[in-house]
Amino acid sequence: MDSVVQLQRQLVDYRAQLFNEGFLDEQFNQLQQLQDESNPDFVVEVVTLFFEDSERLLDELAKALEQQSVDYRKIDAHVHQLKGSSSSIGAQRVQKVCIGFRNFCEERNIEGCQKCLQQVKHEYSLVKTKLETLFKLEQKILAAGGSIPLPM
Amino acid sequence: MLHTQPPTFQERIKSLSQPDNDHREGSKVDDGVGGGNRRDVSHVDITQEIGFLGFYCGQWVLVQFGAFIVLCGATHLINLWTFGMHSRTVAVVMTTAKVLTAAVSCATALMLVHIIPDLLSVKTRELFLKNKAAELDREMGLIRTQEETGRHVRMLTHEIRSTLDRHTILKTTLVELGRTLALEECALWMPTRTGLELQLSYTLRQQNPVGYTVPIQLPVINQVFSNSARQWHVHELELVEVVADQVAVALSHAAILEESMRARDLLMEQNVALDHARREAETAVRARNDFLAVMNHEMRTPMHAVIALSSLLQETELTPEQRLMVETILRSSNLLATLINDVLDLSRLEDGSLQLDLGSFDLHAVFREVLNLIKPIASVKKLPVTLNLAPDLPEYAIGDEKRLMQTILNVIGNAVKFSKEGSISITAFVAKSESLRDSRAPDFFPVPSDNHFYLRVQVKDAGQGINPPDIPKLFTKFAHTQTLATKNSRGSGLGLAICKRFVNLMEGHIWIESEGLGKGCMAIFIVKLGIPENTSESKNPFLPKANHGQTTFPGLKVLVLDDNGVSRMVTKELLVHLGCDVTTASSRDECLHVVSQDHKELEMFHIDLAQSKHFYLSK
Repeated sequence: MDSVVQLQRQLVDYRAQLFNEGFLDEQFNQLQQLQDESNPDFVVEVVTLFFEDSERLLDELAKALEQQSVDYRKIDAHVHQLKGSSSSIGAQRVQKVCIGFRNFCEERNIEGCQKCLQQVKHEYSLVKTKLETLFKLEQKILAAGGSIPLPM
Repeated sequence: MLHTQPPTFQERIKSLSQPDNDHREGSKVDDGVGGGNRRDVSHVDITQEIGFLGFYCGQWVLVQFGAFIVLCGATHLINLWTFGMHSRTVAVVMTTAKVLTAAVSCATALMLVHIIPDLLSVKTRELFLKNKAAELDREMGLIRTQEETGRHVRMLTHEIRSTLDRHTILKTTLVELGRTLALEECALWMPTRTGLELQLSYTLRQQNPVGYTVPIQLPVINQVFSNSARQWHVHELELVEVVADQVAVALSHAAILEESMRARDLLMEQNVALDHARREAETAVRARNDFLAVMNHEMRTPMHAVIALSSLLQETELTPEQRLMVETILRSSNLLATLINDVLDLSRLEDGSLQLDLGSFDLHAVFREVLNLIKPIASVKKLPVTLNLAPDLPEYAIGDEKRLMQTILNVIGNAVKFSKEGSISITAFVAKSESLRDSRAPDFFPVPSDNHFYLRVQVKDAGQGINPPDIPKLFTKFAHTQTLATKNSRGSGLGLAICKRFVNLMEGHIWIESEGLGKGCMAIFIVKLGIPENTSESKNPFLPKANHGQTTFPGLKVLVLDDNGVSRMVTKELLVHLGCDVTTASSRDECLHVVSQDHKELEMFHIDLAQSKHFYLSK
């Protein structure tokens, strides 16, 4: 029982930290609230989908930027997608970078775009790691027989 | 002359004296004697006499007469011999002859004396017979005449009855009568409607008789047949009478036929008219339904625009006064939307085409919702509202949530509307058998069963009350109860009528109790709800914070179109938690495909998740 309580406290603290650091925002809370007995793995599913989607998009972006003649419209579309996904799950920092990315696309600034791409990749990997840690904690709690505390 | 072996004289006389002899024999007798009634009775020859005598008196007397004559002649002949000297033999012969003659004559005389009474009686009998024969002949003549008359009548009747046309009947009668009775002119007088006069209606020779009328009591009428130029035979008069009867019968038949034909024509006309009216009514009903459907749609669209935009407005930054105003707008428009729905519902209810949307729902939440809706108005009027839910009231139930809420809202709304002071208490509990049967609801027979329960809701207020005699009128639509103050009509309009219909559809009963004016009122209704099974009922206890309690549209069908998988998933989940029925599409083509399959009203909303975090939807 003690370990469960400890784990739960750990989870709560970790979550708060993520929020404070701006990795996640209110949207993520909403996602958590959508999870219930009829849909117990909703958050995990959405986040997994986000990971898959984002990785695909990042690859596409890299490929597009390596082209001789850069297709800014396609890049813009991809970035738009990424922005949408990240805002859906509340990955705030990724979203912010995407906004900047789109501006550069409009300006047709190839260097700006490349720089943004790097930034996006960095932020994405950060948030991915954090979320994976979060989920592992949740699994531990569940395995110990506790329940995941709700966001406040 | 002699047909058969002549019977004895006695027998013959006897047979003649029978008055009801056979006619044939009578006629034979007549013929035998001499031609019956055609000849004068006074002519009787000597030869006939002798023949008669000989035939009827027997041969014996004839022999006697013959013998006498012969002997008498012989005597006188022999007397001639006694003129001169005669011998003894001649004298003897002479004496013998004389003696014999005397003997025969005595015998004959004796015999005659014996027969003469009989002879005389025969004579009288013959006379009698002749008279009888004459009579019989007369009768025969009469019968023949009657037979002929009968034949005439039959023929006339046949002619008359061969047609049912009044005019033909009468014309035929006149013609045939004229022919039968050899008439110059024949006229038909019929009694008028009053029965006091006879009116000339048809004549044989004249084409169009002018309407002469003659009072029926005039003595001339009765004398017509007795003082006329022509001598009427009885049989002719009888014929006329019979014909008149037949004509009367035929005329009445014709009249009946005419009447029935007329009635039939009338019925046909009425039939056509009714059919027409029915078709018109059907057209009217269809037109009304179409109108209602169209108007309903037309009314709903702006209505929902108002509701949606007011909701959106609520989310912006507002001053408290502005917020209150927006809330009021929202509530009013919701009520108006409800009324519009009511109108459509009522028309569907009347058609009998309304069916309950059964589904499982949170019963407690319904009451809380209603309370939330009514609290603002109640607090403005400073009427405290209390809700008492019995502890054994199931949390979830199966029924038509929307209409149940409508009913509760209407009832509570009435309580609030018609109270100026006092408190309003709402009690809801599961009705057990003793509280189910109410003396005020004599024709309500609840049948308890395992997977149903009866929800009883009582709303008590301390308001104006109602006159007990007016209570039954409350549930009739558009009925107003007239009380002392001007606008005191509880249950006016459609509200209570619709509630009653809904409650009836839910196999329940609704009624109102009131002590009288100014003594408050209690509205009670019982409805039958299903008990859900526990496992399948797990509504999400965490309603999203974005839900403001007024934007739940259960059963709403939403199509989410987003090419971003993550966004799509999140949006779908959010909508599912709002109670919608969500379909997703990732491309425009997919979207069109889905839409074409399921043709409903579409409203498009573009939601940019990056900007707004809350969703407001309307049909």
